[in-house]
Amino acid sequence: MAKAKFETPALRPYPVIPILKPDAMKGDGPFLAKPAMQESLGYPGELVDNWKEVAIAKMGDLLKKYRSLRVYLDSCVKCGACTDKCHYLIGTQDPKNMPVARQDLLRQVYRRYFTLAGKLFPKLVGAKDLTKEVLDDWYNYYHQCSQCRRCSVFCPYGIDTAEISMAAREILDSVGKGQKYCNEIIEKVYKIGNNLGLPEPALKNTLEGLEEDIKDDTDIDVRLPLDEEGAEVLLVTPSADFFAEPHIDGLIGYAKVFHQAGISWTLSSYASEAANFGMFIGSYENMRRVSLRIREAAIKLKVKRIIFGECGHAWRVAYSFLNTLAGPFDFLDQRYPIPQHICEFTNDLIKKGKIKLDKSANDHRRVTFHDSCNVARGAGMGNIPGGQFIIPREVIKACCNHFYDMPADTIHDKTYCCAGGGGLLTDDLMEVRVKGALPRMEALKHVVDNNGVTHMAAICAICKTQFSKVLPYYGFEMDQIISVHQLVSEAIILTPNES
Amino acid sequence: MEFWTAFYAISFYLAILIFIGGLAYKIYQYAKTPAPLVIPTMPAPRTSSGVVIRVLSEVILFRSLFRSNLWIWLFGIMFHVALLLVLLRHLRYFTEPVWGLIVLVQPFGKYGGLIMILALFGLLARRMFVERIRYISNPSDYLMLVLLLVIGISGASMTFVTHTDIVQLKAFMLSVIYFDFFNWQSIPSDKMLLVHLAAVILLMIIFPFSKLLHAPGVFFSPTRNQVDNSREKRHVAPWALELEKTGN
Ligand code: HEM
Ligand code: SF4
Ligand code: SF4
Repeated sequence: MAKAKFETPALRPYPVIPILKPDAMKGDGPFLAKPAMQESLGYPGELVDNWKEVAIAKMGDLLKKYRSLRVYLDSCVKCGACTDKCHYLIGTQDPKNMPVARQDLLRQVYRRYFTLAGKLFPKLVGAKDLTKEVLDDWYNYYHQCSQCRRCSVFCPYGIDTAEISMAAREILDSVGKGQKYCNEIIEKVYKIGNNLGLPEPALKNTLEGLEEDIKDDTDIDVRLPLDEEGAEVLLVTPSADFFAEPHIDGLIGYAKVFHQAGISWTLSSYASEAANFGMFIGSYENMRRVSLRIREAAIKLKVKRIIFGECGHAWRVAYSFLNTLAGPFDFLDQRYPIPQHICEFTNDLIKKGKIKLDKSANDHRRVTFHDSCNVARGAGMGNIPGGQFIIPREVIKACCNHFYDMPADTIHDKTYCCAGGGGLLTDDLMEVRVKGALPRMEALKHVVDNNGVTHMAAICAICKTQFSKVLPYYGFEMDQIISVHQLVSEAIILTPNES
Repeated sequence: MEFWTAFYAISFYLAILIFIGGLAYKIYQYAKTPAPLVIPTMPAPRTSSGVVIRVLSEVILFRSLFRSNLWIWLFGIMFHVALLLVLLRHLRYFTEPVWGLIVLVQPFGKYGGLIMILALFGLLARRMFVERIRYISNPSDYLMLVLLLVIGISGASMTFVTHTDIVQLKAFMLSVIYFDFFNWQSIPSDKMLLVHLAAVILLMIIFPFSKLLHAPGVFFSPTRNQVDNSREKRHVAPWALELEKTGN
């Protein structure tokens, strides 16, 4: 693909707060969803005539349903603490990409229609009528937010712009102005079972191909079962794991871990997708509908455990929402976390000595770890706070000798998003994606220069795809991003199955 | 002074009514609105006592702000601590006999006023001179600081420059508090005092309609006050339960 026409920001020797460039990213936003897609998700096909009334009614509805929205629209004191925390502000310098300014796009309308001060003195409190221009600003700037929640870490009231973005997108959907990328994908999940629209026969083929590859590589029969009733574990993984690089090497890694642990497992063609884009569009109903597929698959396949593969936002939905949306999971084995992350699973096996690793297999690599935003700030692992930072690193360190963390203000809960999350991983948003990656690229450059890091490992399908695409813009190689379970895959010592 | 006495006394009643009623309504609204999904900013405490500590660290220490921006934190904490001291000190005008604790903080409260003014100027300067903060500021954001400065400066000037008749003021306040309708003790006719009290009344009235709602808001923020227990416990909001009943 030809590179889009925009300038890649220069890596700065040390981070400084950027100067604002108003309207730098003004535009029409990403492609609009087609009428058929909109309708299959339960939204109007195109912008309805009375969009203004519908939008305001929807906002009123959401204010009654979500405490977060209500409290956050009221509470901001405009202290400015969040203003330099968003990677899109840093990369684009457009002031509307400051988290508080992004919230204000919605807040100005909230104040106008739902608060006394805004009804009486709109100018004084920055309240604005909902005009076409405001609606277009919503569409544009709420699709320049990856819902990464970095801003919420730094706000004295924890105001979470992701919640505001989700609400805004739901309002946009309900007036018929949905985003093509997200809504097309959700439609595919409903029709076929996964984001990529990979039907069962193709999936079966792919998995068989992988089994052969592993056999050629290791001379050992490692299985990748599909729809096998009575397996112990249902693995739900992002569909990118089935064919994209570097994701697929991660999938091979999971298969090897299951093989070596001697635990039977299966994928499901019905729930062949961990991703849940219902979250990105802020739709409880759609998020629930996608989640229920996993429940149904687990029941049908009579599994005892559910494990999730490497995917950031999917893990947020799984860890934080799945039990609420699609529970109770009383039919599963209660001795294990429901659901469990593949890193928790692997780490456990390593700790118990059930799998053996040869670290030197990864000696040609010097590795750093990218904390995916949704895992870092939206979910947990293990049963201690912060387990999501510790466990993946323990897995990595068990697999290789050279591990270096990026600077402290760019990891753990302060991690920078890859800039492709939240439904932005589409070519029509390439400029936002490349520019928003700036802070992560600077942090990577730091460890490349100081520690000779060669690879960045991640546990998110969106991060992996996004980095393969944007690394070259910043002078890195696209294959410097790898799956954590690719490291496992290469270090694990395999033995033939006993049976 | 008859007119001003009545005017201020009645304004006080109205302001208190609006302040308490408005705030109570808002708190009720926050409490009543469901939080359908668990969204604490992770890593989050896994127990309720952990959550209490987390929220208190925000309320008392402004922990997140500390991690985020030292200047805003410094001015912010200076302003709020000073405000608290000053408010405590003011209780001596409303209590008879004055509570022991208030007598203790009394001397600190005196300088609290000065610190508060200093901090407010700091916050105002940030708002005016830092490009990003100027961009997000509305007229009301400046006016709020100006109003607090008016309160602070008029108050401090009575403490340090032109003393007002405290005994008379206290008599007035107590008569207001004990509802001596139209039998109020007269208010001292000091201009500084009248400005000071008018600004305070205005502040109370706008409190429940303004960003000052951050004070109750901080306790209701789901990203701060939720326990990280979603794998163990379901959190289905009443409206979401409807979805389950209708089978989608
Ligand atoms: C639970 C009690 C409260 C907490 C935890 C709290 C916390 C905060 C924090 C963290 C900030 C941001 C930092 C800053 O800009 O100073 C702030 C701002 C502010 N607070 Fe409070 N606050 C509380 C009560 C109050 C009260 C009672 C007032 C009454 C006047 C008040 C007035 C303000 C104002 C005016 C600002 C904005 C300052 C600016 O314009 O920059 N706060 N508060
Ligand atoms: S959630 Fe992330 S992308 Fe969105 S405004 Fe906050 S920091 Fe920026
Ligand atoms: S940090 Fe929070 S309170 Fe401060 S401006 Fe940003 S959103 Fe508003």
